Amino acid sequence: MNKLEVNNLNLFYGDNHALKDISLEIPARQVTALIGPSGCGKSTLLRTLNRMNDLVSGVTISGDVKFEGEDIYSDVDVKQLRMRVGMVFQKPNPFPMSIYENVAFGLKAQGMKDKKQLDSIVEESLRGAALWDEVKEQLNTPAFGLSGGQQQRLCIARAIAMQPEVILMDEPTSALDPIATHKIEELMDELRKKFTIVIVTHSMNQAKRISDKTAFFWMGELVEHGETSQIFNQPKDLRTQGYVSGEFG
Amino acid sequence: MLQLKRDTQDNLLLGAIWSSAAITILFLLWVVWHILSNGFSHVSWEFITGAYTRIGEASGIWSMIISTVYMVGLSLGIAAPIGIMTAIYLTEYAKPGSKVVQMIRFCIESLAGIPSIVYGLFGMTFFVTTLGLGFSILAGSLTLSMLILPVLIRTTEEALLAVPMSYREGGYALGSSKVYTIWRLILPSALPGIVTSVILSIGRIIGESAPVFLTAGMVTQIPESVLESGRTLTVHLYKLTQELFTQHERDQAYATATVLIVLVLILNLATKLIANRFNKAS
Repeated sequence: MNKLEVNNLNLFYGDNHALKDISLEIPARQVTALIGPSGCGKSTLLRTLNRMNDLVSGVTISGDVKFEGEDIYSDVDVKQLRMRVGMVFQKPNPFPMSIYENVAFGLKAQGMKDKKQLDSIVEESLRGAALWDEVKEQLNTPAFGLSGGQQQRLCIARAIAMQPEVILMDEPTSALDPIATHKIEELMDELRKKFTIVIVTHSMNQAKRISDKTAFFWMGELVEHGETSQIFNQPKDLRTQGYVSGEFG
Repeated sequence: MLQLKRDTQDNLLLGAIWSSAAITILFLLWVVWHILSNGFSHVSWEFITGAYTRIGEASGIWSMIISTVYMVGLSLGIAAPIGIMTAIYLTEYAKPGSKVVQMIRFCIESLAGIPSIVYGLFGMTFFVTTLGLGFSILAGSLTLSMLILPVLIRTTEEALLAVPMSYREGGYALGSSKVYTIWRLILPSALPGIVTSVILSIGRIIGESAPVFLTAGMVTQIPESVLESGRTLTVHLYKLTQELFTQHERDQAYATATVLIVLVLILNLATKLIANRFNKAS
């Protein structure tokens, strides 16, 4: 079943045609990787899925994005949407507060006050992000004290605390060292059991390792998408072939 | 040869930079020393807490301190909420570069450029006379709030703009509302900067004289309500310097100046401390 469906999506930044007639289905509880060279539109597409592009002025959109059949640009309240479609950013962006408060932030924003309930969701989320054992003794210390990799897992914990259905990840390991990257990739293998994951990545090896489906973007177009093994082993389009074989990009 | 010329140029420039810095520091130290050496010995507990008497030897500045505190509190009470909310509007709500924002910015910059005596004239005509507030702490505070508003807005805006965009994205990506994100995430992150701007405004309020005596008057009693006239420390100093006939009057003036300088130094120190803490946190 498709969790998200993009139909004939066009997106303009002012006059710049950044996404050209994109149609893509994102199946539930799988990892879909968006790959392509810089500026190809993959991050832009990711940000249309939870309407983060709303924050940028001068963006116009046509076509539709459906989340479980509902058009997210007309039928759904944007705050509700973002609770159900969480996001992890390229650079870890913990808030300037304690580890605990970081994870609890979204819940408190929804008005959750019950200390016990908050405690248990915070613990569950940190466990879910494979961070609990490392931070359980220091929940009330500033999140900035954590390493880059830990900060990124904290951001994942913060996202899953909202119990979303989808997690969007925008190059989540590009600011991390190989060991921290490995940990996040292991974690994603766990997360795929519960969540639908869409990940933008610059690393083709990462896409190969972790994704079920891959979509290749080129200058605002969706060139080709399908099973990851097919995209990497038998690409249909010459551009895909060139990119995945490392000839350019 | 060329090398030699370059060395000479370097040394000349270095010399100019060093002597400029030295002159600045020397002047500052000189002024502070001049005031403190003339005034410090005349500052006593009795002087600070005593009532002002025009001729008596045991004159004090207590009522001026109280008036100054009233003036600072009320001016900030009026200007800080307006200034901070305007800054929030400009950074978080208004479309960057839109006509409205450009107009507000233009107004703010123009307000900042008006000489303070013009505010005084306006305050005296409008608040004192037209609104019938009379020479009062309230009329003075309203005038001073207009005076500090532009700086307050600009500095708060800078504090808000210094909050990384990634915090906002992070907050909104969790489905938090705009108001919650601003109130719980952006404002706390910008708080040290906002506090700094408020402290700088306090310095400005304490430092003004002309617009204050034009609107709040110069009565030397402790004002019983904000509708009464009061004399701030700086206005008091201004008045004292106009009548420096005896040694006693000179001593009074220097003692008052000493209190003012110490106050300003404390405020600047507080600003520094808060700014340092801010830098450590980020």
